[in-house]
Amino acid sequence: MLLRVTDLNKSYAGPDGALPILQGINMTLAKGETLALTGESGSGKSTLLHLVGGLDQPDSGSVGIDGVDIGALDDAGRAAVRRDKVGVVFQQFNLIPSLTVASNIAFQARLAGKADTAWIDNLAARMGLAEQMAKYPEQLSGGQQQRVAIARTLAARPALILADEPTGNLDETTADTVMDLMLELAAETEAAVLMVTHSERLAARLSRRLHLRAGRVA
Amino acid sequence: MTKAGLLALLSHWRRNPMQLFTLVVGLSLATALWSGVQAVNSEARASYDAAAQTLGEGQFAQITSDTGTIPQSDYIRLRRAGWLVSPVTEGRLDGIRLIGLDPLTAPGGLGPVDLGDGDLTIDVLTNGVLFATQDTLDRLSDYGVTSVPSPDAAPGLILTDIGTAQRLLGLENTLNRLIVAPEQPVLQTALVDVTPNLSLRAPQSGSDVARLTDSFHLNLTAFGLLSFAVGIFIVHGAIGLAFEQRRPVIRTLRALGFPLTRLIALIAIELLVISLISGAIGVGLGYIIAAALLPDVAATLSGLYGASVSGTLQLRPEWWLSGLLIAVGGTGMAAAASLWQLARMPLLASARPRAWAMQAGRGRIAQAAFAAALLILALFLGLFGSGLIAGFGMLAALLVGAALALPVVLDRVLAFGASRAKSVMAEWFWADTRQQLPGLSLALMALLLAMAANVGVSTMVSSFRLTFTGFLDQRLASEFYVYADDQTQAAALATYLAPRVNAVLPIQSVDQDVRGFPSEIYGPTSHETYRDNWLFLNAAPGAWPQIEAGQGVAINEQLARRADIAIGDEITLAEQQFPVLGIYGDYGNPIGQVIVTQTLFEELFPDAFPLRFGLRMDPADVPALAAELRDTFGLAEANMINQAGIKAFSLSVFERTFTVTGALNVLTLAVAGFAILMSLLTLATMRLPQLAPVWAQGLPRAKLGRIEIIRAVLLALLTAALALPLGLALAWTLLAVVNVEAFGWRLPMFLFPLDYARLAVFAVVAAVLAALWPARKLARTRPADLLKVFSNER
Repeated sequence: MLLRVTDLNKSYAGPDGALPILQGINMTLAKGETLALTGESGSGKSTLLHLVGGLDQPDSGSVGIDGVDIGALDDAGRAAVRRDKVGVVFQQFNLIPSLTVASNIAFQARLAGKADTAWIDNLAARMGLAEQMAKYPEQLSGGQQQRVAIARTLAARPALILADEPTGNLDETTADTVMDLMLELAAETEAAVLMVTHSERLAARLSRRLHLRAGRVA
Repeated sequence: MTKAGLLALLSHWRRNPMQLFTLVVGLSLATALWSGVQAVNSEARASYDAAAQTLGEGQFAQITSDTGTIPQSDYIRLRRAGWLVSPVTEGRLDGIRLIGLDPLTAPGGLGPVDLGDGDLTIDVLTNGVLFATQDTLDRLSDYGVTSVPSPDAAPGLILTDIGTAQRLLGLENTLNRLIVAPEQPVLQTALVDVTPNLSLRAPQSGSDVARLTDSFHLNLTAFGLLSFAVGIFIVHGAIGLAFEQRRPVIRTLRALGFPLTRLIALIAIELLVISLISGAIGVGLGYIIAAALLPDVAATLSGLYGASVSGTLQLRPEWWLSGLLIAVGGTGMAAAASLWQLARMPLLASARPRAWAMQAGRGRIAQAAFAAALLILALFLGLFGSGLIAGFGMLAALLVGAALALPVVLDRVLAFGASRAKSVMAEWFWADTRQQLPGLSLALMALLLAMAANVGVSTMVSSFRLTFTGFLDQRLASEFYVYADDQTQAAALATYLAPRVNAVLPIQSVDQDVRGFPSEIYGPTSHETYRDNWLFLNAAPGAWPQIEAGQGVAINEQLARRADIAIGDEITLAEQQFPVLGIYGDYGNPIGQVIVTQTLFEELFPDAFPLRFGLRMDPADVPALAAELRDTFGLAEANMINQAGIKAFSLSVFERTFTVTGALNVLTLAVAGFAILMSLLTLATMRLPQLAPVWAQGLPRAKLGRIEIIRAVLLALLTAALALPLGLALAWTLLAVVNVEAFGWRLPMFLFPLDYARLAVFAVVAAVLAALWPARKLARTRPADLLKVFSNER
């Protein structure tokens, strides 16, 4: 199993004491599988995604990626797992504004030591970015920026793609195009996808769905 | 991986060259001011060392006479009594100091001259040779003596053999002092038995000149440190801004798997490289500043203290090194907080730039509390501290505390303004200014420190000038001073001069320890000259009449402070007790001094005899009398001092000092102005979202630009209002605490309101100049760019 989440709990400090965000979450995700994480605002979807990506630490429970408990790793260890096995697509794109589109796409692959120029050119062409490679992120539209972010993630051929509302900032038509490309390329690289979304329509396109309600699996 | 991370970090500078420029310029200017001042100081000190090396000042014990001259016969008597001494004759030739040594008896290592060349040795011993730097030799007329350039000689000094010196100076058979070789025979007749009129002076750890000029150097160093502090505020701002603006990139890098420790290491290395480059530029700039200032500093030191300083700079490794170290250290200091924050920042912390210096209410309260603690510490050190460290500690606590308190005070003032606003525009102006304050606070702190430094140093230098000219009036009250070579000549001079001048005031002194401190006892004649000119810092009622009646004494401030003597305390002179009735300022004198009336002096020290005379006369008659004395008594120029000439010269020297401090003042203000410019430019882009709605509601862009300038003027004026008391506190600390702790005497403080008003105008001009560019930029912002603010809203 590529991803195994066991008894995961997380709370944040609130004005009236600890505020539970996730309670006893258990889930698994196999190689090449796609899973939509749905739920109302504040149900804990993004927190779960962050814990799975090692971006945050759980109060208790474990997250195993490819058999490695990332909770037992230090910051450098978790960074290495993210670099080598995980790709994160943020709602806010999070591109590096001072690097060109080409450098942004190649960035994580270079960090992981897996930069493949042919594959990157292929990605850029299929994402419709071939003409934009020398530009800077601020010169692109929102849809183009998100395509760059997805291309950056796929360029490193991660085993697990974590996407947090990847099309939340895009109009419906652009969102569909971006989503098609992401799922197509993920399937091609046999990457598993865990995607947080509010959209029923997008969730329906993934192979499984996990609904959260008040921090628990509904 | 490291390369990719590094490229991502460095790409920030490529896309934001203005930020890199701010960082490099801020650090370079800070280093330049620091190293420029250090270069001047180190060059001057190196010159004293060369002088001390050449003249044996400090290295060897010396035998001197109260009269300033030693008959050649005394030298011969001492040599016969077993004393290994070497004679020195000195004077001025074309205004240049000429030293004559005896190459056969001078201790080894004395002088800069290598006599390895056999012909040269013969020349030295027969015809005489003048050794000096080429610059010095160029200023000398032709005296028919061979000149040899010697780069190691002290600047402004000619060295030759004693016979040639005596011949050129017209001082046949006259010596000025004797250098005592370090190794002396065990069996030796006591000095007092051979030449009772001569005294032995022990070797000093530093020359008198160096000690006196330390005051000047200390003040320059304090100025250099302040300038550096101003620069560090810029660097702190620039580094903080760079961190904040790169916060999203840092978050992305970490999210993509770049390890935090490596990220911190990369940023630290990046800053190290930037600081080394900026430091090197700064040291280069400092060299230029020092080269421009050095001639004036050299003239100041030469005029005030008689210290010779070369007018040209040498590249000295110590200030290159100190400049680079201070640049790296300063960057480290400025970056430490940001690096620490980065190390502790949770990966998911907001990636949105927080306008870098924006601080939450809690941070503001902490800053105010820290500022208050520092100001209380400064007050505590001022009231109860002692020692130089406490003095400098007070200075640091005062300046840092005041700088930290500035944003808090300005915030309160702006809040008050907002509460009194009547129109909607005024209300928006105050509120908007208040909102901008966190972003501008570092630059305003830099301006505060720059202005405070200006007020402080101007007050100090001007007070020093007033005090010193007053001191010259006191010490050179007589119009003309004459020094006799011996007792016979002194008696003849006194008789000759009495009918020709208004008053002949004999000056006689002896050296004696008072309460264990080496001191000079003076016995001036009772005369209105002293009553009118010698001003007491502290005195018992009716002090002068009692002193003139022999009922008490006056002492200098140094002795009072060192021996802890207060008015009414008694001291012992020639085994008799006398009450201290007055304490007078005696600036620059390293040792204690006691004044008693002439009658009492003659009673206490019957063997002393006056060889010096102060003459009260019409100043216009001085040149004629000098010529008469030269012809009648064969008095050398060195034996006559024209007071008016010295005073005029001293005043011209102060003008030089003002040139130095004036240049440093302008530079420091320019640095602060630069800090404001950079902050405003940076804020300009961040402020579009705040200004766009105001523009959309009907405020034209040109007016928005004008408001930016008004805001800069307002903040500069408020800062100036706070800088004035801080600068005065700084001056007081330097004059009344640091100077007293370092040198044992206190300089009185005077106020110069016109200077302060002029400075406030300069600060406002600097602020307007700094605001002009951002304001123009704002006034010309394209409507499309302002509209983007709305279209980007989601």
